[in-house]
Amino acid sequence: MGFWTNQLSGPTDPAVDAAWESREPRKGFFTDTSICIGCKACEVACKEWNAIPEDGLSLLGASYDNTGALGASTWRHVAFIEQTSERIEQARESGRRLVDLGMPSLRTSGASDPVTAGVGPAAAPPGTDPVADRAAAVAQADAAQALGTVPDFRWLMASDVCKHCTHAGCLDVCPTGALFRTEFGTVVVQDDVCNGCGYCVAACPFGVIERREGDETVKNVGVAQKCTLCYDRLRDDQTPACAQACPTTSIKFGDLDEMRALASERVTTLHDNGYTEARLYGADPHDGVGGTGSVFLLLDEPEVYGLPPDPRVTTADLPDMFRKAGFAGVAMLAMAAVSFLGRRR
Amino acid sequence: MTTNPLDADRPPEPERRGRRRRGGGSGRRDESVLVPDASFQSYYGHRIVKPAPWKGDIAAYLFLGGLAAGSGLIAAGGAAAGYPALRRVGRVASVGAVALGGVALARDLGKPSRALNMMRTVKLTSPMSVGSWILAAFGGFSGAALVSELGASLVDRQSRVGTVLRVVDPPLAVGSALFSAPLAAYTAVLLADTASPTWHESYRELPWVFVSSANLAASGLALVAAPVEQTGPARRLAAISAVVEVLAFERMQRTMGSTLSEPLHHGRAGAFVTASKVLTVGGALGGVLFGRNRAAAVASGLALMAGSVCTRFGVFEAGIESAKDPRYTVGPQKERLERRRAAGATDDSITTSR
Ligand code: SF4
Ligand code: SF4
Repeated sequence: MGFWTNQLSGPTDPAVDAAWESREPRKGFFTDTSICIGCKACEVACKEWNAIPEDGLSLLGASYDNTGALGASTWRHVAFIEQTSERIEQARESGRRLVDLGMPSLRTSGASDPVTAGVGPAAAPPGTDPVADRAAAVAQADAAQALGTVPDFRWLMASDVCKHCTHAGCLDVCPTGALFRTEFGTVVVQDDVCNGCGYCVAACPFGVIERREGDETVKNVGVAQKCTLCYDRLRDDQTPACAQACPTTSIKFGDLDEMRALASERVTTLHDNGYTEARLYGADPHDGVGGTGSVFLLLDEPEVYGLPPDPRVTTADLPDMFRKAGFAGVAMLAMAAVSFLGRRR
Repeated sequence: MTTNPLDADRPPEPERRGRRRRGGGSGRRDESVLVPDASFQSYYGHRIVKPAPWKGDIAAYLFLGGLAAGSGLIAAGGAAAGYPALRRVGRVASVGAVALGGVALARDLGKPSRALNMMRTVKLTSPMSVGSWILAAFGGFSGAALVSELGASLVDRQSRVGTVLRVVDPPLAVGSALFSAPLAAYTAVLLADTASPTWHESYRELPWVFVSSANLAASGLALVAAPVEQTGPARRLAAISAVVEVLAFERMQRTMGSTLSEPLHHGRAGAFVTASKVLTVGGALGGVLFGRNRAAAVASGLALMAGSVCTRFGVFEAGIESAKDPRYTVGPQKERLERRRAAGATDDSITTSR
């Protein structure tokens, strides 16, 4: 049973679930938006390395953003958000609230489970008492808040990317098997298998993957496209293009365990310095997608950056959906049977 | 704020408050005319999840697949209960609808030349994969049943071929009947198994709506094409299915809640849903009350089919709209997150303090 229970939801190691025998440690990104300068080197490096076709050179007019969102031909997207002090204070409050709630508290059962060991939040070293830990965090946040000042305005800049979900909706629903789980635990499309049905586009809870539009001269037109976490480079022990190009190390790449540890270290440092608005996104394997392969450090609520506040992989409900559809199907047969058995007139 | 002479060219800005990053509609907006909406924030009103890149072809397939499934069922019922006209109409209709539906599906692919890649694997987590196999099996059985139907009318019943046909015909009828129910129901799972909020949240009742809609389309066609003496079962089926559909649709909206059912009432989707109610109820009543009159039967049958088309297009478009507007993604997600937090859950959120 163990093999099946974690296929659709819950913390797990996806490469094991995909039955890889010779697997590598799970790889991932940690994107620290607090040091992003919005230079878009990642966007450019990604386009270059992956030979992604041009998809419009316009400016949006709303900000320095000129790609707008992730899509078939934008695999890294840098978001720009200008905020006033009022908004910054709200962000600080909402971050503060997370600290007070004590998220995440560790599940004691998870720690001893061999499958999930090592995929849990690396935040608390083994043996830490979560209650004492939380009290310390709150005290620290109190002290930090006392010393923090709120600037007049700020720019938030964040480089978004495919989350390489532990439970990836796109992969689950793909009917052709074009999307697959690599030995690195990432999610990749096989361009020569995908028939462009578009199901993955609707299934991704983060709105990442997209079918490429254009005329016949465009590479891979009609095929679903998204970040591959530079699968080709990974197999040669290289760093993905975006992480390599990032001049501020805002994009970090490595073993996912390490990324999660780095992220929690960084967020603690920021809290220490009074930035209670800092929070992590995707580091919790108990969330709706089983944790993401791309961890982010955000400085405001996720929806401000265009990220969903509580994503849940749609296939988590699939067994229930099939069950409900089964009942309806039986009802359909019954309706027909009753109609034909009725009095002949 | 810095100012320079170029600022004179800008439109006058409303008083800046902290909360100006609000959204509502889809797409990009001119921020200077953005009306603040206190209830949620978004990234320049940009959508969060992406709508399926499907066009009208897929909505048409929802209808055609339903028509095929319902017709297969009516054909089997006709064969079992001795309504030859229903059997014939049902068999022709199911094969025709499956063929047209298959074409619609292939046309909507980004790479139609790779349509057969659907049969490359069997994947239980993908309703589209499961559905492709259901469609293929149903198509096989109803195609064979149609061949048997044509054969029986061409060859002598007593000849050797005639005997073979008589033996294989019942299993073929049973086969297409058994695959008709999954064919009608899986399309509901297909839509529900997405991140489009209105589709996903409809998953409890949508299968009931879709199987009823399939029955309605098929009984409508039977009313149009079969002589009135034999359409008794089709009229009864229409009446039962209309009741089930209306009730299931109401219940579906209630379980979804007011926010997520909103797209079913606005714009084109709203028009389709209203039309579908009128046509379905009208067609079913017409069929039951005046179904023994040929002209009335045809009119009711057409109304029932049109009603089914409208149901499918309404649900289809509502789901697409719900994906385009970030409000439907952010609002319900924040609500459920808050509900869980209020209940004391602190370990299942994607946002964490460390
Ligand atoms: S973010 Fe979307 S495209 Fe990326 S792995 Fe998750 S479901 Fe797939
Ligand atoms: S568009 Fe391609 S990758 Fe996406 S679900 Fe369809 S076949 Fe799979």
